[in-house]
Order: sequence, then C-alpha cells, then structure tokens
Amino acid sequence: MANEIAVKNFYQQSTNKHTGILSWLLTKDHKRIGLMYMMAIMSFFVVGMIIGLLMRLELIAPGRTIMNAQTYNTLFTLHGVIMIFLFIIPGLPAIFGNFFLPIQIGAADVAFPRLNLLSWYIYMIGATLVIVSLFLPGGPIDTGWTFYIPYSIRSTTNVSMALFAAFVLGFSSILTGINFITTVHRLRAPGMGFFKMPLFVWATYATAWIQIIATPVIAITILLVIIERAFGVGIFDPALGGDPILFQHMFWIYSHPAVYIMILPAMGVVSEIIPTFSRRTIFGYKQIAYSSLAIAFIGYLVWAHHMFSSGMSDTARWIFSLLTFIVALPSGVKIFNWVATMYKGSIDPQPPFLWVMNFIFLFSIGGLTGLVLGSLATDIHLTDTYFVVAHFHYVMFGGTGTIFFAALHYWFPKMFGRMYNMKFARIAVVLYFIGFNMLYFPKFIMGYMGMPRRYYDYLPQFTPYQRISTIGSWILVGTIFFIFGYLIHALRKGKKATSNPWGGVTMEWHIPSPPPLENFKTIPTVTHEPYDFSQLKEMKNE
Amino acid sequence: MSGNNKHHISYGTYIIVWLALLAFTSLTVTIAGVNLGRYTLFIALSIAAIKSALVINIFMHIKFDEPIFKVFLGISGSTLFIIFLLTFFDYIYR
Repeated sequence: MANEIAVKNFYQQSTNKHTGILSWLLTKDHKRIGLMYMMAIMSFFVVGMIIGLLMRLELIAPGRTIMNAQTYNTLFTLHGVIMIFLFIIPGLPAIFGNFFLPIQIGAADVAFPRLNLLSWYIYMIGATLVIVSLFLPGGPIDTGWTFYIPYSIRSTTNVSMALFAAFVLGFSSILTGINFITTVHRLRAPGMGFFKMPLFVWATYATAWIQIIATPVIAITILLVIIERAFGVGIFDPALGGDPILFQHMFWIYSHPAVYIMILPAMGVVSEIIPTFSRRTIFGYKQIAYSSLAIAFIGYLVWAHHMFSSGMSDTARWIFSLLTFIVALPSGVKIFNWVATMYKGSIDPQPPFLWVMNFIFLFSIGGLTGLVLGSLATDIHLTDTYFVVAHFHYVMFGGTGTIFFAALHYWFPKMFGRMYNMKFARIAVVLYFIGFNMLYFPKFIMGYMGMPRRYYDYLPQFTPYQRISTIGSWILVGTIFFIFGYLIHALRKGKKATSNPWGGVTMEWHIPSPPPLENFKTIPTVTHEPYDFSQLKEMKNE
Repeated sequence: MSGNNKHHISYGTYIIVWLALLAFTSLTVTIAGVNLGRYTLFIALSIAAIKSALVINIFMHIKFDEPIFKVFLGISGSTLFIIFLLTFFDYIYR
C-alpha cells in the first residue's frame, strides 16, 4: 500500500511521552497490550509445559522415578492451574482479541483503553499471587485444579492464596469481556453492521458474554471456600453440615462455560483462516455467527455432566446428559460449514491452513469422545480415568492450543512485519501432529482399561502405553521449542512482510504490517461483505 | 446513559427503598427460623429477587436507562434463572 512507507508503525510510535520499557508499561494501545499479554501468557505456557514434561518423565516407569508422590500432586495441580487460568482462558481473547478485534471492526482502539491496561495489570497480579503461593510456608497447592471439597478445606497447603489468585484473575477476564462487548457495540466503522463483522469478532463477542456472566460465579465460590477455610462456616464441608455437591455445582457453573471461553475464540480463528486459504467466502456465515451464540448459551446448561458420579439426583443426571448432546449441534454446524467452505475452493496449503487441518482432526476426536463421556452409562465406567484426561487434552490442547499456533502463524506477519521460514513451519505441523497423538492417544486406551487420573504410580500392564506417551511428550515439547526458535529468528532476520501476505480480505489485511498506531489513517467505511474475495483485485490496486 | 439522563430520584425515595430493603432482610432472617419445609428456599429466593430488583431499578437507575441496558440485564438475569432451575433438578429429586 502507498502509505506503508510514510506511516510509522505502532512500535515506532507511543501513546505516551515515555520511551523504552515505560512506553510499554503505560501504553493504552490495544496492540501493545495484546503483545504484553503474549509475552506473559507464553512464558506461563512454557512453565506449564515443562511441569507437564516432568510429570510424564515421572510416569515413564512404575514406582518412584524422579519425584515423590506429594511433589507429583502439586505438579499436576500447578500444571492445571497455570494452563487453565494463565494460558488457555486468557490466551486467544487477550492476545489476538486485543490485537485484532478493534482492527477487524475498523476501530482505532478498544472502547476503554485504560481499562484494557488495568486488565493486564490485574492478570499479572493474579499470576504473581500464584507464584508467591508456591514459596510461602505450607507449600504449593495439591488439590488439583478443580479444588474439590472437602479436601481443599482440609489441605494444609496454600490453597487460600492460590484460590485468591484465581479470584483476581477472574476480574481481568470480566474487564476484558466488558471492554470487547462495548467496543463491538459502539466502535464499529460506518457500514460495519453486525452481519458484516468477521467471524473472529463474532466468536470473541460471544466469549465476552460468557466472561461477564459466568466468571462472577467462580468468584463467589472461591470466596466461600476461602471463608470456609478461615472461619469454618460450613457451607460446603459435610463435617460442618455443608453440601460438597453444591461446591461442584457452583464450580462447574463457571468452569464448564469457561471451556467455551477457551474454545469459541479458537473457532473464530478457524473461520478466518479457512476462507483466506480457500479463496472462497465462508459457507453459512450467519449460521456460524449464530452457532457461536448458541454454543455460548447452551454452554450454561450442561455443567453437571462433570458430576454424574458425584451423588446428585438421577433426574438431574439424565437431564444434564440430554442437554449435553445438544452442544454437538452448533459445534457440528461449524465443522460442516468449514468443510463446505473448502469444497471447490482454491486451497493454498500454507502453514496456518495446515494448523487448522490439524485442529479439525484433533478437535473432532476430542468432541466425539465427549459424547462417550456425556452418556451416563459409559461415563460411570470412565469417570476419573485417563480417558477424561485424553478427551480434555484433545479438546483443549488439540483444539485451543493448536489454534493458538494457527493464529500465531496466521497473524505473525501482521503483528511483527516479518515472515517466518515456511519449510520449518510445515515440518513443525507434522511433528506436532505425531507428538500430540503419541502423547495423548494412549491415554484413551489406558483410561478405557481403568487407569485412574492423577495417580503417581500404576500397574505394570500400563507400562508400554505410559512409555509411548512419555516419548510423545518429548517430541511435542521439542516441536514447540522448534516453533519458538524459528519464530524468534524470524523476528530478527525474517523477510519483511507485505501488508497482505496471505491474500486475506478482512480489515487487518488492508493496513500496513505492522499496523500504525491508531490502525487506520481515517476510520474506513465498510462496503463489502467480510469474506468477499472480489475485493482482492481492488486491494492490489490500492 | 445513566450519567447523562436527567431523571432525578428524590432522597425520600432512596430512604423508602432503603427501609424496604431492611424490612426484607429482617423478613429473611425471621423466615430462616420458621420451618416451612420445602418452601423455605423458594421464599428466601423470592425475597432476594425482590431486593435485587429494587437495588437494580432504583439505586442503579436501570429503570430510567436506555433499553439496551435492560436487554443486557435481562440476558444475565434469565441465564441466572435457568441456572437456578437446573440446579433444583438435583436438590428437589435427590
């Protein structure tokens, strides 16, 4: 584009008078805040990943290998807390939502830039509290990331502090949600009706609603547990007349919708990448948009499928089992529409597209095994086994985690103005696929055979499966470091990216790479449908 | 928006609402000591709902605000209602 040379990018221009690190720490620019989230979230991801690697190493052989049982308990708890609260929940909305939502709707920034920065600080405070809780007397939390009662009331580890950290992190999530909803309602460019918004915006918008409505429930629950630990009030502890199943209800009323906080933005990214690399408008735009809202809504109605063996009433069990199956409908709508978009498209299998193919395969396995767990009878057999662990990782890591890498590869040229090595990126997709399936697929088999989750030791018949799984973890972690390696190398030495290296047509591809400070010279007027590829010709002439 | 609207609520109204809230709180505490069987929870929740409605409408000015805020609140309130309803399928039939 003509203005590419003349306009300074957001790295070269600050929203404040400071330079260096202060210009970042006090910034109000949504792109810089997105990158600050990226630094923090990816650092925690690496920590969580190394903890997972150590756990897998412990399980390479039966009995004690490299740690004792208590250390193992704290590690699986930390792995869960870090990956859930510090990586997957904030990951896509806070990084890519912050960076691209305002650009995709033609806005100069989010509605509340200062609140946006505050959200980042609250996230960092919450994360710091998690870290501090590891080193205080009492030691790291060992309850598992679900904090189930009554053990979390009685554990002498730093449960209250870790819970308080989750409470603080929740506020960051709520504020980001408020910011995104207001931005979508108030700051869309002229001509950008709701049904001209890119589907990533739709997905992030639906996610923001879940963040606002569901997160206060976990905040209340957490506070009640902290009060119960401090004062022995007896809300959840059966020894004091409380109801432990009430805790599970309240925990999952948040934590199940939270699963959709994690996956919906990922589905939005998929809806961006597939049309771009199929050179074809998305099939069923409105249906995909509505299915995001439907998933967000139905997500509230299915929480107790985590509790089929908890002792709740039989009536509740069959009702929640029935409701669970309904989620498959909007999810199916998305998958079929994505596949239909590719049909007769002019497919260009660049790395972001290959990551999405990885996602569709892995997420489909995760989704279909979810139906096995949603059925009452089979769930009773598989509850608290490795089958659940495998299902969860296929959905969350195979789903959201894989799309995190897809989004990173798709938007990297726009965010940093550099291209990475395509050959390395293609190799990484293949290695990731091999490592992922070696790591997690044996867990389905072990779970079906009765291997319980969260056990430090196991019977000898599980040894071959555990060993394959551990070797898979080495391949997967090695691949992820390989990805970070070539991306970091690209930051410094990569070829300069053009404004539209993939041939996309949504708003971010109309502006220079990296974007200027307030994104657009003047706020644009939107005349095209979001995935109208006839604009490509006009864009080339601009 | 609430910051811009011209509607002014008198101090008298605020005091009446405050007294009503206190009265409802006393009622909740009193009812907690009376054995009403399976209706106890229903009555307690109804009182809480009335109190919330007073706070939201009068103290938070939603009654006088733009319709979009009422829609947003309606979505959140309906979701909460459904969550309560589904939870009762466990508690009533356990």
